[in-house]
Amino acid sequence: MMNAWLYIGLFLVIALALPAAAIFISYILGPKKPDPVKRSVYECGIETVGETWVQFKAQYYIFGLIFLVFDVETVFLYPWAAAYNQLTLFMVLEAVLFILILVGGLLYAWRKGALEWV
Amino acid sequence: MSAAQVLFILVSTVTLFSAVMVVSVRRMMHAALWLIVSLLGVAVLFVLLQAGFFAMVQVLIYIGAISILIIFAVMLTRQVMSEKIPQLNRGWVAGLVAAGGLMIILAFVFRDFPGSLATTMGDPSAGDVVTLGKALADPNGFAIPFELASILLVAALIGTIYIAMERKGGEQ
Amino acid sequence: MDFWTDPYLFLVNWLHGLLVGWGLPDAIASFILMFAGAFVLAMGAMLFVLGLIWFERKLVGRFQDRFGPNRVGPWGIIQPLADMLKIFTKEHITPAGVDPLPYNLGPVLAVAAVLAIWAVLPFTISLVGADLDVSVLYVVAIGGLGEIAVVLSGWGSNNKYALLAAFRSVAQLLSYEVPLVIALLVPVMLSGSLSLNQIVREQGVWYIVLAPVAAFIFFIASIAEVGRSPFDLTEAESELVAGFNIEYSGLKFGMFYVADFLHAFTISLLFAVLFLGGWRGPYAEQYPLLGLVYFMLKAGAVYFINIWMRASFPRFRIDQMMGISWKLLTPLAIGAVILTAVIDKLLPGGELLPYGDYVRVGVMLGANLVLVVIAGALMALQKRKHMLQEFPIAASKGFTVRDVSVNRGTK
Repeated sequence: MMNAWLYIGLFLVIALALPAAAIFISYILGPKKPDPVKRSVYECGIETVGETWVQFKAQYYIFGLIFLVFDVETVFLYPWAAAYNQLTLFMVLEAVLFILILVGGLLYAWRKGALEWV
Repeated sequence: MSAAQVLFILVSTVTLFSAVMVVSVRRMMHAALWLIVSLLGVAVLFVLLQAGFFAMVQVLIYIGAISILIIFAVMLTRQVMSEKIPQLNRGWVAGLVAAGGLMIILAFVFRDFPGSLATTMGDPSAGDVVTLGKALADPNGFAIPFELASILLVAALIGTIYIAMERKGGEQ
Repeated sequence: MDFWTDPYLFLVNWLHGLLVGWGLPDAIASFILMFAGAFVLAMGAMLFVLGLIWFERKLVGRFQDRFGPNRVGPWGIIQPLADMLKIFTKEHITPAGVDPLPYNLGPVLAVAAVLAIWAVLPFTISLVGADLDVSVLYVVAIGGLGEIAVVLSGWGSNNKYALLAAFRSVAQLLSYEVPLVIALLVPVMLSGSLSLNQIVREQGVWYIVLAPVAAFIFFIASIAEVGRSPFDLTEAESELVAGFNIEYSGLKFGMFYVADFLHAFTISLLFAVLFLGGWRGPYAEQYPLLGLVYFMLKAGAVYFINIWMRASFPRFRIDQMMGISWKLLTPLAIGAVILTAVIDKLLPGGELLPYGDYVRVGVMLGANLVLVVIAGALMALQKRKHMLQEFPIAASKGFTVRDVSVNRGTK
């Protein structure tokens, strides 16, 4: 089994190295003529005004939080699903209870308007 | 020194180094990025311990969700790239003493633990995902903690939505 | 196991024997072969993208009643190569004030995150890169790394619009990852393993027949994860000035492009593995290369549908997109999981025999159909309620939602 992980490690190294090498080759091959106008930040063709930060909507954070809760829930469910063929009906119903409790949470979020984009 | 030991030392060094960088770089965004490196190091350590499932869970939850949330939270503060924030506050000596003392105590406690000095791989017969699943669902196993975990998750969800919605409602 | 039945295994064993014969210890020889195999696979995937780009451009052209590239080489087949040579020699314009490490790491990580999925795909009965026992989770976890790549690019560009587009893109990716991971529970349940190799081996009956709803949800959610039309709001030319890759030029932009196409084909491969039986087909066990052919054909068919959708549908608005994920796909996926879990346990009998157990297939199909009908009824009810709220006079006069434009109200 360690062979498989070793392969993954090797593959990740290669997968990172190949695009990096390609970009490096392209960097060598391309012309290099830096110019203050070329290097200015793109803002629909107008000059930048003010610092570069954005007014961050809290809604992004709420989506991230709900995603986190459901992600952890699903991580709990994966071992159960892998063992599904060897489980009794009672154990399956336990997990269904687990899922339904979280559906309750989702419904609460829905009713409270946490799932709206605005 | 077997290859596994070398790998373990390498990965641990990277993890600890990036953990130190998290608290010592000046720019908060860079700290978040170093945290991602540190969490990746922990995932590789899980792989070395033959716990592939937990390595994947670490990457999925910590790097895929929690790091993104931390980056979002860092964005919420307005001084993400400022270099003028002081790195240390007045109590840093006391903090250093407390952390060092805790580390020494923990080292003494773990000295007698049989697995603590091994730098080789973990026990391959410890079981796989299917065993974990059966144990989680088994009424004589971990079924009650399983259900309690879901209640805990829903409590966290409801709590954060309540706070966030109050804040949003208050702003509007 | 001679050359004609299984050329790949024959080649590997021959090379191994050759290396050991030169005096290398066994472990080193295996390591070198592993490295060579990984390199060939990664390189092959990247070169395959050229063919994918050609296929897509020709097909989209045909959908739009034009030819697509046809000047450079027969049927324009050398066109992507020409584009690649052009983009290789463009100048790397780095805007002032960028954070160098995130800026340069973004495109590399974006491609690496897609390439990494190829390591666990079972191509034939004997050809799989890494037979992990948790491949399904690995695939989802790698998607998380892709999200980080987006954040790095948006942040590193030192550009408000890039940052905003990166956040929107990450919000989209997060929202669609939920139905994706929940729908992935169904093939895991049916096959009893988290390993993609095992899932293919267990598919006596294709899972798209046993779990069509889960297949549908996986399909839609994975298209949204790639960020293709109709979910390409964050990178469309008319929106947010082309998204988080504004400040990239030359090959760095080309890398995002490559990652996009490769990701679209990779999810077609994943769909084929999870729901269409991967390399399974007549005589695929005896002649593994035939399995590879079946696999590519199935993935190609799914990719065709992908391009068809891209050429046909208009783009979703951001609030429509989020609504679809959280309010339609997630509950539907949860319903599909509960349904599959309970029904499959209640069915009498033991394991599924290949091409045998029609009762099970029939009951599962029926249960999925019932789920779809219930979901449709709930949606119609919701629309009716919304209509009564917003347009009471029209509703009382008997107009339906089709007659009135229902504006969900973005403020």
